[in-house]
Amino acid sequence: MLENRKQIILFFFYTIGIIYLSRLLFLQVIDSKYQSLGSTNSIKREVQIPLRGQIYDRTRKLMVANVEVYDMYVVPKNVKDLDTLKFCNLFGIDRHYFDSTLNAAKKFSMKRASLFLRQLSKEDFARVADALIQFQGFTFEQSFFRTYPGNTMSNALGYIGEIPKSQFEEQEEEYYRKGDYIGLTGLEKQYELTLRGQRGVRFKLMNVNAEDKGRYADGEFDTLAVIGKNLYSTIDLEVQQLADSLFQGKVGSVVAIEPSTGEILALGSYPTYAPSLLSGREFSKNFSVLSRDPDKPLLNRATTSFYRPGSTFKLVQAAIGLEMGVITPSTSFVGAPTAFRYHSGAYEAANLNNAIQLSSNPYFFNVFRKVIGNNAETNPFKSARTGLKTWHEIVERFGFGVKLGIDLPGEKKGLLPDVEYYDKIYGKSQWKYSNIYSVSIGEGELGVNVLKLANVAATIANRGYWKTPHLVKGIGFNGEKIDDSKIEKHDTQIDAKHFEAVINGMALVVKAGTGRQAGLPDIEVCGKTGTSQNKKGEDHAIFIAFAPRVNPKIAIAVVVENAGFGGSASAPICGLLIEKYLKRKIERTAYKEQVMSKRYSTVAAGHSKTKIAPVKNAATTRATPPAGEVKKTNQ
Amino acid sequence: MSKEIDIKQGIDWTTIWLYIILLAIGWFNIYAAVYNPEDRSIPWYSMSHNAGRQLLFIGTSLFLILIILFVDYKIYDTFAYIFYGFIILCLIATLFLATDIKGSRSWIKIGTFSLQPAEFAKTITALALAKFLSTQGTNIAKMRDTFRACLLVFTPPIIVILQKETGSALVFAAFVIVLYREGLPGVYPAFGIAFIVLFVLSLIYPKGFIVLGLALLAVLFWYLFLKRYERTRQNLYRIIGMYCLFSVFVFGVDFFINNVLQPHHQKRIKVLVDPDIDPLGAAWNVTQSRIAISSGGFAGKGYLQGTQTKFDFVPEQSTDFIFCTVGEEWGFVGGFVVLAIYLILLTRLLNLAEKQKSKFARIYGYSVASIFFFHLLVNIGMTIGLMPVIGIPLPFISYGGSSLWSFTILLFIFLKLDAHRSYKV
Repeated sequence: MLENRKQIILFFFYTIGIIYLSRLLFLQVIDSKYQSLGSTNSIKREVQIPLRGQIYDRTRKLMVANVEVYDMYVVPKNVKDLDTLKFCNLFGIDRHYFDSTLNAAKKFSMKRASLFLRQLSKEDFARVADALIQFQGFTFEQSFFRTYPGNTMSNALGYIGEIPKSQFEEQEEEYYRKGDYIGLTGLEKQYELTLRGQRGVRFKLMNVNAEDKGRYADGEFDTLAVIGKNLYSTIDLEVQQLADSLFQGKVGSVVAIEPSTGEILALGSYPTYAPSLLSGREFSKNFSVLSRDPDKPLLNRATTSFYRPGSTFKLVQAAIGLEMGVITPSTSFVGAPTAFRYHSGAYEAANLNNAIQLSSNPYFFNVFRKVIGNNAETNPFKSARTGLKTWHEIVERFGFGVKLGIDLPGEKKGLLPDVEYYDKIYGKSQWKYSNIYSVSIGEGELGVNVLKLANVAATIANRGYWKTPHLVKGIGFNGEKIDDSKIEKHDTQIDAKHFEAVINGMALVVKAGTGRQAGLPDIEVCGKTGTSQNKKGEDHAIFIAFAPRVNPKIAIAVVVENAGFGGSASAPICGLLIEKYLKRKIERTAYKEQVMSKRYSTVAAGHSKTKIAPVKNAATTRATPPAGEVKKTNQ
Repeated sequence: MSKEIDIKQGIDWTTIWLYIILLAIGWFNIYAAVYNPEDRSIPWYSMSHNAGRQLLFIGTSLFLILIILFVDYKIYDTFAYIFYGFIILCLIATLFLATDIKGSRSWIKIGTFSLQPAEFAKTITALALAKFLSTQGTNIAKMRDTFRACLLVFTPPIIVILQKETGSALVFAAFVIVLYREGLPGVYPAFGIAFIVLFVLSLIYPKGFIVLGLALLAVLFWYLFLKRYERTRQNLYRIIGMYCLFSVFVFGVDFFINNVLQPHHQKRIKVLVDPDIDPLGAAWNVTQSRIAISSGGFAGKGYLQGTQTKFDFVPEQSTDFIFCTVGEEWGFVGGFVVLAIYLILLTRLLNLAEKQKSKFARIYGYSVASIFFFHLLVNIGMTIGLMPVIGIPLPFISYGGSSLWSFTILLFIFLKLDAHRSYKV
C-alpha cells in the first residue's frame, strides 16, 4: 500500500519537471520580451559615424568641409581628486556650468558616460591633451561639424540638423538614431545618401559596470564606417561670391547656367545668411532668428519664388511666332490696330529686331494674337482654344509649367496657363484672345522662377534646346562623373534659324536697347529686360542674358525684387557676372562698386547682424503671381 | 579481493554515468561562466578561477568515492546517531567559530579552503532519519513517532537558520517526502502544498478575494463532493474549521511577510510576484537571470558565446545561477537535457530505493532523491523566476567544494548500500 506512494512522489517530481520545462519553453522560445532586452544589456552597439562628404566647386575649391571637434564625456564614478578650479580654467568654463553639468551626469548614471562639453576645437584639444591625465573620468570622442570655406550659397547647399521626429519615425530601415544629424535642405538633403557615407557598427561587450570588455564575437558582426562621398558641384565659386557682393542691399536671386551642359555656375538667393550660422552649437538659436526674419533668408528664391517673366517672355513668343510662320524677322506691325489703344512708335514696330530691342508691347500683342489665331477656326472662342493648346505645348518645351529636374529638393512647376486653366476662370469656351492677351508680354497668369528664366536664356543660347540644369557633376573622391542619364536634352523643336533672329534682337537690346547696362566692351552679350508686375509694391526687375553671342559659355537670369525697370537694376549685375566668368576678373571695379552700393528697399527695415545683405526689404515675394491688370508700358 | 569484485558488479553503473555526465556539464558551464573572451591567457586548469578549482574538487571527490566504496557499509547504520550527534556539535561550534561571509556565519576556514558543515548535515540527518525509521517498533503514523522524526529532521536546520544560511535550512523540508513514503498520513503533505499554494496566492491577489474564494470552494465541496449521508454535523464543523484555518493563514502570511521576515527576504518574495517593482535592486538577480535564459532562445548562443552570464550581469553565475549559463549558451535544448538527466537520476534512485531489502537503505535512498529534488526545485525555479532567490546549489553542476563533496558523499553512500542490498541488515 505504501509502495504506491512511490508513484505519487514520482508523479510529483515529473509534474514539477514539466512545469519548469514549460516555463523554459515560454521564456526561451515563445516570449520575446526578454530576448531583445538581452541583446542591449551586455552587448553595446556602438555606432561609428563617418565624416560627411565634402562639397567642392567646379574648380575643385572647397565649399563645404568638416571640422574635427572633440566632445568631452564624463563618467562621474571615475572622477577622482579633481582640481576643479584648474579644470575650469583650462577649459574656459565657469563653476556653475561645471557643477550643474556634473550633477546632471551623476543623476543620469554614475557609471555611464555623459556628454560634458560639446565641440572642443582641435587646437583646444591639443592644448589640453597632455593635461588630461590629471583629470580622471573625463574622456574625449571625436566628432565633427560643417564648416564653409566658400562662405556662400547657403540656400542651395542647405544645412544639416537633428533628424526631425516625423522623419525618424518614417525611416524604412533603422539607420538614424534620435538626435542624429541629417541633411535637412538643399544639396545636403538631396544628396544625403551620398554625403552621409556608411555608418560602422561595432558590437562591444560591456560588463555590469559598463566597462568595455572587448569586441563581441571577434568583430564578426562589425561593419566598418565608410566615409561619405564628396560632391563636385558645378558652381563657380568666384562668380557665386561676386553675386553675393553684387546683391548687397537687394532682394532677389540669380542663376547662371553653362548652356551646353546645363551645369549651374551660380545660384544665389538674397538676402542670404552666413552658412556657418546653421552649423554647430548655435544652430537652434540662429535658426529661430533667421526663420523670424521677414525677408525670409532661409527661402531659396531661385527655385521657390515665382514671378511673372515680364518682357523676357517676348523672346519665347517671338521664337514661336517665327516657327509657326505667323511672323518673319521683317514683319512690321506699324499702324496695325491694337484693340487696347496701345500705339507703337513706327521704329519699334518696324521689325522683330526693333521690337525686341525696345521691348515693344503692341508688337508682341500682335504676335501672340497671330499665334493664337493660327488655325482654321473662325469662331474667336474656338480659335483661341485651339491656338492656346498648340501654344501651350510649345511653351512647355521651354520648361515653363513643368519641373526642370534640378537636383534640389522641392522644385515646383510654376504656372503656365492652359485651356483648362482659362476654362476654370472664365467658364468653358467663354474666353478668347482679348481675355488672355496679357500673356503676350509675360504678364497675367504666368509664374516662373529665376531658374526657369536662366534656362530660357540657355535654350536661346543653344539655339533651341536645354539640358537639365544641375548642381552636381561629380560624386566620389576624385570627381567621378555622375550618371549622365539624368541630364536630359530637351528640344524645343524650333528651328535654330528662328533663334538666330531672336538673338539678333537680344544683341541689340544690350548694344542699343533697354539693356545697355549689361554690355561689355569686348564681349557680345545678348540679353533681354523684363519688368515683372506684382501687387505688393514696385515691379521686380528681371534681366536674362547669355554671352558670348557665338558659342555661348554662360546664360544668366537675375531678378531684383521691387527694383523697378529690369534694365537698371538687373542688367548691370548680369554684365558683371558674365565679365567675371568669361574674363576671370572684373576690370570695371568702379562700376562694380557702384552696382554693389545700390539699394532697393521699398520699406525701411531694421538691420540684421547675421545677413550678408544687411538691408532689409519688407516686400515679400509670392510663390505664384497674382492674376492682375496689365500696366500700360512694359519694358 | 572478493570484496572488490563485489563492488564492481554490484554498484549501479547507470547512476554513476549520470553522475559523470552531470559533473561534465557542470565543469564546462563553470568554465563558460568564468571564461573571459578578452583574456585567454589563463589556462583552463588554472587555480585562479572557479573552473580550475572545480577540477580539484572533482578530483578530491573521486578520492572520497573510493573511501566510501571501501569502507564497510554497515558503519552508516551502526554509527548513524553518533554521526548525527557530531554534526549537531559541529553546527553549534560553527555558530561561534565561523567567519562572516556575506552575512552568513556558516563557513569554517581550514587553511585556504572553507567548509560548510551545513552541507554535510543533510547527509548525516538522512542517515539518522533512516536509522530511526528503520528501528523496530517505530511507526511514523503515530503522533509520538512523527514528533520524534520531526525533531530529528528539524533540529539541524534550526541551527543552520541561526547561522543565517536560510537556503540550506530549507532543504530539510525535503524530508517530508521521505516521511510521506514511510507512512506519514497524506494530509500532512496535502496541507503543506495547500499552504504553499495559499501563500503564493495571497502574495498575488487581495486577501478578501482569497477568503471569498475559499468560502465558495467549501460550499461547492459540501454540495457537490459530499454524499448526502456524509453531510453530518461533524463534517460541517470540520469544513468550517478548515476554512477558518486557511483564512487565518492567508491573513497570517501578510503579517508574516511584513512583520516577521527581514526586509531583504520580504523583497525577494515580493519581486517574485512582480520583478518590475525593483529591477535594479532586489529583482536584479531575477531579472538578469531571466534575461540571460531568454536570450538563449531555442538552440542557445553556442558554447562560450554567452554574453549575459559573463561580465557579472548575473551574480553568482558559476554557483547558484549556473543554470543561466546552461540556458543562455545551450538554449531550451540545453535546459531540457539537464532537466531530463535529473529526472532520469531521480527515477533511477527511487527505483533503486524500492528494491532495497533493508528499510534503512530504502529510507536513505528516498532521502537522497528528495534532497536532490528539492535543490532542483529551488535552484532552477529561482533562475526561471518561479521561486524566490534562495542561495542553494544545483547538485553536481554548481561550482563549490563543500556542495560537490556533500552531494557526492550523499549519493555514493546510497550506491554503496545498494551494492550490498542482497544482505539484509
